Amino acid sequence: MIEEKSTSKSTFLKGKQERFLKLSGLEPLVVTPESNFINVGERTNVAGSKKFLRLINEEKYDEALSVARDQVEGGAQILDVNMDDGLIDGKEAMVKFLNLIVAEPDIARIPIMIDSSKWEIIEAGLQVVQGKCVVNSISLKEGEEEFLDHAKKIRRYGAAVVVMAFDETGQADDYKRRIEIAKRSYDLLTQKANFPPEDIILDLNIFPVGTGMEEHRRNAIDYIEATRWVKENLPYVSLSGGVSNVSFSFRGNDPVREAMHSVFLYYAIKAGMNMGIVNPALLDVYDNIQKDLLEHVEDVILDRRDDATERLLTFAETVVGTAKESKTDLSWREKPLQDRITHALVKGIDEYIVEDVEAARENSSRTLDVIEGPLMTGMNVVGDLFGSGKMFLPQVVKSARVMKRAVAHLLPYIEEEKRTLSPSGGRGAGVLKGEEYWRTADPEMYWAMKKFAREMRYEKATQTEQVLWEALSDKKLEGFKFRRQHIIGPYIADFLCLRHRLIIELDGLIHQRPENKKSDEERSQWLNAQGFKVTRFRNDEVEKNLDEVLNKILTILKSRTGEEALPPPSGAGGAKASSTGRGAEGHGGAGKILLATVKGDVHDIGKNIVSVVLACNNYEIIDLGVMVPPEKIIQTAKAENVDAIGLSGLITPSLDEMAFLAQEMERQGFTVPLLIGGATTSKAHTAVKIDTQYSNAVVHINDASRAVTVVGDLLKEKTRGDYKAQLKSEYETFRKNFKKRGKVKEYLSISEARENKYQINWEKTEIIKPNKPGVQVIEELELEKLIPFIDWTPFFRSWELHGKYPAILTDEVVGEQATSLFHDAKELLKKILDEKLLTAKAVYGLFPANTVNDDDIEVTAEELGAKNVIFRTLRQQLSKYEGKPNFALADFIAPNKTGIQDYIGCFCVTAGFGTDELAKKFEEDHDQYNSILIKALSDRLAEAFAEYLHKKIRTSDWGYAPDEDLSNDELIKENYKGIRPAPGYPACPDHLEKLTIWDLLKVEERIGVKLTESLAMWPAASVSGYYFAHPEARYFGVGKITKDQVKDFAERKNISLKEAQKWLNPSIADE
Amino acid sequence: MSEIEELISQKILILDGAMGTMLQEYKFTEEDFRGKRFADWPVSLKGNNDLLSITQPKAIAEIHRKYFDAGADIVETNTFSGTSIAMADYLMQELVYELNYESARIAKEVALKVTHDNPDKPRFVAGAIGPTNKTASMSPDVNDPGFRAISFSELSAAYKEQARALIDGGVDVLLVETVFDTLNAKAALFAIEELKEELSIDIPVMISGTITDASGRTLSGQTAEAFLISISHIPLLSVGFNCALGAKQLTPHLEVLARKSDFGVSAYPNAGLPNAFGEYDQSPKEMAEQIREYLSRGLVNILGGCCGTTPKHIKAIADIAKDYKPRPLKEFSQPETE
Repeated sequence: MIEEKSTSKSTFLKGKQERFLKLSGLEPLVVTPESNFINVGERTNVAGSKKFLRLINEEKYDEALSVARDQVEGGAQILDVNMDDGLIDGKEAMVKFLNLIVAEPDIARIPIMIDSSKWEIIEAGLQVVQGKCVVNSISLKEGEEEFLDHAKKIRRYGAAVVVMAFDETGQADDYKRRIEIAKRSYDLLTQKANFPPEDIILDLNIFPVGTGMEEHRRNAIDYIEATRWVKENLPYVSLSGGVSNVSFSFRGNDPVREAMHSVFLYYAIKAGMNMGIVNPALLDVYDNIQKDLLEHVEDVILDRRDDATERLLTFAETVVGTAKESKTDLSWREKPLQDRITHALVKGIDEYIVEDVEAARENSSRTLDVIEGPLMTGMNVVGDLFGSGKMFLPQVVKSARVMKRAVAHLLPYIEEEKRTLSPSGGRGAGVLKGEEYWRTADPEMYWAMKKFAREMRYEKATQTEQVLWEALSDKKLEGFKFRRQHIIGPYIADFLCLRHRLIIELDGLIHQRPENKKSDEERSQWLNAQGFKVTRFRNDEVEKNLDEVLNKILTILKSRTGEEALPPPSGAGGAKASSTGRGAEGHGGAGKILLATVKGDVHDIGKNIVSVVLACNNYEIIDLGVMVPPEKIIQTAKAENVDAIGLSGLITPSLDEMAFLAQEMERQGFTVPLLIGGATTSKAHTAVKIDTQYSNAVVHINDASRAVTVVGDLLKEKTRGDYKAQLKSEYETFRKNFKKRGKVKEYLSISEARENKYQINWEKTEIIKPNKPGVQVIEELELEKLIPFIDWTPFFRSWELHGKYPAILTDEVVGEQATSLFHDAKELLKKILDEKLLTAKAVYGLFPANTVNDDDIEVTAEELGAKNVIFRTLRQQLSKYEGKPNFALADFIAPNKTGIQDYIGCFCVTAGFGTDELAKKFEEDHDQYNSILIKALSDRLAEAFAEYLHKKIRTSDWGYAPDEDLSNDELIKENYKGIRPAPGYPACPDHLEKLTIWDLLKVEERIGVKLTESLAMWPAASVSGYYFAHPEARYFGVGKITKDQVKDFAERKNISLKEAQKWLNPSIADE
Repeated sequence: MSEIEELISQKILILDGAMGTMLQEYKFTEEDFRGKRFADWPVSLKGNNDLLSITQPKAIAEIHRKYFDAGADIVETNTFSGTSIAMADYLMQELVYELNYESARIAKEVALKVTHDNPDKPRFVAGAIGPTNKTASMSPDVNDPGFRAISFSELSAAYKEQARALIDGGVDVLLVETVFDTLNAKAALFAIEELKEELSIDIPVMISGTITDASGRTLSGQTAEAFLISISHIPLLSVGFNCALGAKQLTPHLEVLARKSDFGVSAYPNAGLPNAFGEYDQSPKEMAEQIREYLSRGLVNILGGCCGTTPKHIKAIADIAKDYKPRPLKEFSQPETE
């Protein structure tokens, strides 16, 4: 039907560019078959919105613009503008409103749908918008001539068009009429008006069902079926409609309407509907619809029973009462001010907080009272819930966001009041002591947690006591005898080892707070004076890590067996630590913490979470960001007189950076504690490599929720001496045990290991030649394609929610929180997709390759326009049981002496272009939550991209598994043939090979992903690696290697031994 | 299909360089601009470069000739401001037809002569249609964002008048250039489509937008891809960018066009970015080297120069371009408009 004459100039149809509906505002909107449903914003419509009509009537164009802006911010991808009302001059109003919209870049970025039944209004609209619009609508109502005339003009103005299923005899209301009019319109447009089919959007009329009238029964199903027919028979068109019509007869019953919309869309989208007017507030998630409601609604929509409508009506009455609370429920807005503020903080809703604190401010004599009063009361609730495990990290971060916004609003007033209160009137001079912290402090969760801690101590601790008692009773701990609830003087000790005068106390999660501390300290002092040592553990330490607790107790006990008389050098470690002199008891013991991701490393999600949590606890955070050189850390730490330094890193070279910094801190006479965190860091590394470099406190913190207590203990004047001593001895013990364990291992020499390599029978191997050898680039992948490949489990882990996806969503403990986090993630993801906020790029290549000299893979790429390179692989050296080989990746490629031509691939994918900008934007908006979320999502998308690309490689580009048919679950479990190991990870822990990949693929030149000096990839959300196709290829860990291999490696790579040692350091065994 | 439409997939076509820069060398005085005919014109005419096609036709012909000699395949008519809207500044609305007709005629005459001397290398004339000095989608008054100094119909009427004169004067292609407001360009395209229908002719159309700053957007706020989508409803010989930026800065935006468009892609950047005195001082060699990047990446089909470029620049560009193949066009794509 594309007309016969087009055969002569068929290029119009077969150009390189595919035929997609392409629209534009200031930015493009390209609708591909993979695009999600395109949502058309409809509130700027005088016919559909009384409010908008009133605003236009009263010429309140500013407010009318904000209606448009809300639509765009709410996710509308096209903005429908309609001025058809008898009482206004539609043409004038259309032009005026569109002119104003065009001047607002945040609105004008999306395409406009010019909506009118009057041609003169449409034409006037088309004349004032520069982008490619959609005209809504034309139809055959007035006959072919007018239809074609308008279509031709629309084309000349450069717009797409909505065609209503309407003809000279009326509106299409059944299946047959719908397809008949659709086909006739399509043929006329494409053949007589030269209209490109991809610029046609058919609206096949959505009519209500469940009206009680027999002829309406098939309204929905006819629409859906006609949609399916159009999709199959009229190529390239889009299909649209106004969804809320379908539930018209259930007005007033939103739960039922929501379900009807969802069900209708579920089937219509499957049939091919790809855009429409949907009020997102009136939409439920299909999977979330209650089973019985779903059944009743589907009966009506799909016309499955004669009595479907009556049954739904009856059922609907029972549904009215159980309307969902969330989304549209704003009943909390009716409650008293304090309740509203508390609700906003607990639920993390920031929309109304400014309005509410403003109201509170007006009722207060001092602005500061708003913070100390209503906001603190709310945060106390948050603290209680968090402490009792009813709130989780992501929620707390969201609460922090609300608090931040509230404080940001109040700050100018506080400053102003300070100025007027100050006797000198000078800035700063009159700052009231104890108030300055508001400047940087965030939510004062601190008091809230204090309250919680108290409750913990007296109400909840008993169960934990029981656990510890189980371990200590009956001399189970290496024969030391413990008593429980032992009274000493005026106090009761939780546990007591009388012989070594050691008292063990258990505390709740957040303990070290001034008020609690006071009594605790008095008692500790008294007990110390009596020659007792008091050691404290938190309940969660006992619950989660009993072994470590027991280890600590043992260490202390042993230290006391020898030197019973020697009191711990209380305070000695902090002799020079004047920087903590601000006084722990002051206003919340706030300290300044410097946080940085070390030189060469770009990963900062964990660091940012720690930053938020500490900030929530009234620490001042100086976050130096990523890739921070050591000089800058040292310099800033000095200049800012910080109280602790926290270092973070994800890739292995960062471990050395951290050790180096510890060394520098020692050399320059630092005394402040050093905190170590990040994915590759470990207690072992910290104990062995970092703690030994620095004579002051070093502590490895592996989760954010522990950071608060650890930092608290480290900074409080009263605890830090003991705590430091305890840490030092703990790491000492750990080192000893660690070394002992290390000695048990035996290693083969590298030549012995090579003898024991993994043997593949190459004669019997069928080697598949890649379909597409050479380098390929994906400039910009549709992010939609990655969604099914996302592995969500690690996403939850980054938020300290542990459990496997999707089971985690229904997990008894974290399920609710996980679901909410997941919801937010999906929402942001949708925004990313809709607005194309991130760019996914890839470069990859497949090349002839053979293994040479056991461990090297020689890549012959010259003929394919790339450089010949050699990959150096590392081989396992651990002495194994008989019959277990010592693997190296080179074992999976045919050796050149077999004479068999084999192949290898390598790749780099990224989904990180745009992440930093977005995160920064969120941060500027006091929105740490989304800032962290976007980074976590980018990481997931990059991983998904790696998975997606690997599949493409297996099934098509290389094509060694063309018939592979795996579910996404199986993909995530990596059930496929072949592997894609990444340099820096266990099978090839050496990061240097990334340079080779970069050289071979020209990664930076082609897609812009850079390597830092530590060979981390930037943007952070990037993945690179190799492809091995052999079915026996498998993942393994190289483990520790010995010096002979390091030397051999240096020679093979032609680098100095020192350099090889530097890069392989984390893998070299201690001998 | 016209000759130029066939050539575009065979070789990289070279467009000329700046007209204004070359005219500056003649140091024409107010009197030179006026000539005898406009000696008594009520307003100052110095700076009305388009008028020189009537008062100093030899200079104009000479400049065209120099560009052809430097290796240009196409020269642009001296009609950048040739609409009744832009000519209103000089009260010369009534002369618009004549100005454009004469400019086209002069350029065509030179082109025919040069082609005659070397028939192996046919030369063409592009009728330059500038942006006018008014914008249809922006308000000149910051306090009244809804106000517009010009309407779509006024613009398209003015463009139609200009295009008709250019066609009558013999141009081979129409070039809607230096587009900083896409709505202006759409009005021009609208006018051209109407004209083609009225005259029952087909004439190739080139369009060239201007990315005004580092953000990569046009003055009216569109991204390169949004701009492309907004003007793709008309069959085009080429789409591209000119002016405002140097060759280097233009690369990423050309890449978008090269990737997302089925039309030919053109580029005629300035000779670098203006120096402290507002002059363009990039040497021919330097500019050509930067343009080599387009060529090695296969981004373009038509190359030339804008502000600050001279026949030397064009020669340097032409010398480099002859070693490269044009960006492949599967086939010239054109929806039929009969």
